[in-house]
Amino acid sequence: MDTATAETHGEAHGEKHEHMSDAGYIRIALILAAITALEVSTYYVDFGPFFMPSLMIMMVVKFVMVVSYFMHLKFDNKVFSFLFYTGLALALFVYIVALATFKFFLQ
Amino acid sequence: MADTLHAAGPASDHGHHSATGLSNNKLAMWLFLGSECLLFGGLISTYMLYRGRVSDGPHPSQVYDIPFTSVSSFVLLMSSLTMVLAVTAAQRNDDSKTNLWLTVTALLGATFIGGQVYEFTTFYREGMGFTTSLFTSSFYTLTGFHGVHVSVGVILLLATVGIIKRNKVTGNKAESVELVGLYWHFVDIVWIVIFTLVYLIPA
Repeated sequence: MDTATAETHGEAHGEKHEHMSDAGYIRIALILAAITALEVSTYYVDFGPFFMPSLMIMMVVKFVMVVSYFMHLKFDNKVFSFLFYTGLALALFVYIVALATFKFFLQ
Repeated sequence: MADTLHAAGPASDHGHHSATGLSNNKLAMWLFLGSECLLFGGLISTYMLYRGRVSDGPHPSQVYDIPFTSVSSFVLLMSSLTMVLAVTAAQRNDDSKTNLWLTVTALLGATFIGGQVYEFTTFYREGMGFTTSLFTSSFYTLTGFHGVHVSVGVILLLATVGIIKRNKVTGNKAESVELVGLYWHFVDIVWIVIFTLVYLIPA
C-alpha cells in the first residue's frame, strides 16, 4: 500500500488516528471488486485442483483487506486487533474441531 | 496515580476512555465484533455440515443464482467504501458529506436486503421452505441472521444521519460514526465468507 497517502490526525490516549486518503480507499475498493470478479469467474471457468485453494485465498485476502484498511486495524491500537483476532481465532478453533468431530473433512 | 490523572484529564474531551487510554466505546465494539465471530462461526459450520443433507426439496446447486448473488455481494462490498468515506468526512467535521455517504451506505444496504428478500421469495416458490430439509433450515438461518444484521446496520446508519442533522451527537461525533462503520464493515466481512463458502463452493 502506498504509505504516502496515509494521513495522521494526531495521536492521543494511545490511539493512532491515522488513515488513508479517500483515493487510497477507492483503490482498495477497486482491488476488492477485482478479486470478487475473479471469485465469480471460478464458477464459470474450470480451475481444476486450484479451485478450492484459490477461492479460500481470495476470501482471506478480501477479509484481511477490509479489516486492515476499512476497519483501520492496521493503523489502530494493537489492543483492538487482539480483541478481534482472538475472537476470530477462538471461533476458527472451536468450529474446525466441531467439524472434524463430525468427520466433515473426510467427506 | 500521575498516569491516572493524565488519562482522566483529556479523556473528558473525547468521551469515556479506559485506564489504557483507549476509548471504552471502541473497546466494547471490538469485543462485541470478536464475540460475533463465534455466533457466525457456529452458523456457518452448521451450514457446512448440513448443506448436503437434502432429503426433500431442491439441491443447493439447483436454486442458487450466482450472477444475482454476485451483484448483491458487489453492492455490499461497495457500501463498505461509502461507509469509510463517511468516516473520513466525519473526521474532517464535514457534516454534509458525512450524512451523504451514510445515506448512500444505507441505500446500498437496503438494496442488498431487497435482493435477499427477492432471493428468499424465489427459493420458497421453488419448494425450498424453512423446514424442507436440513440444508434449507441451516441456509435460511445463516443468511437470515446476516440479513437481520444488515437491517440493524441500515437502522443504525439512518439513526446516525438523523442525530447528526439535529446536532444531537453527545461526545465525539467522528467516533460515533466510526463505531457504526465498524459494525457495518463486520457485516460485510461476514458476507465475504458466506458468499465463498455457501454460494461459490458446491455442496
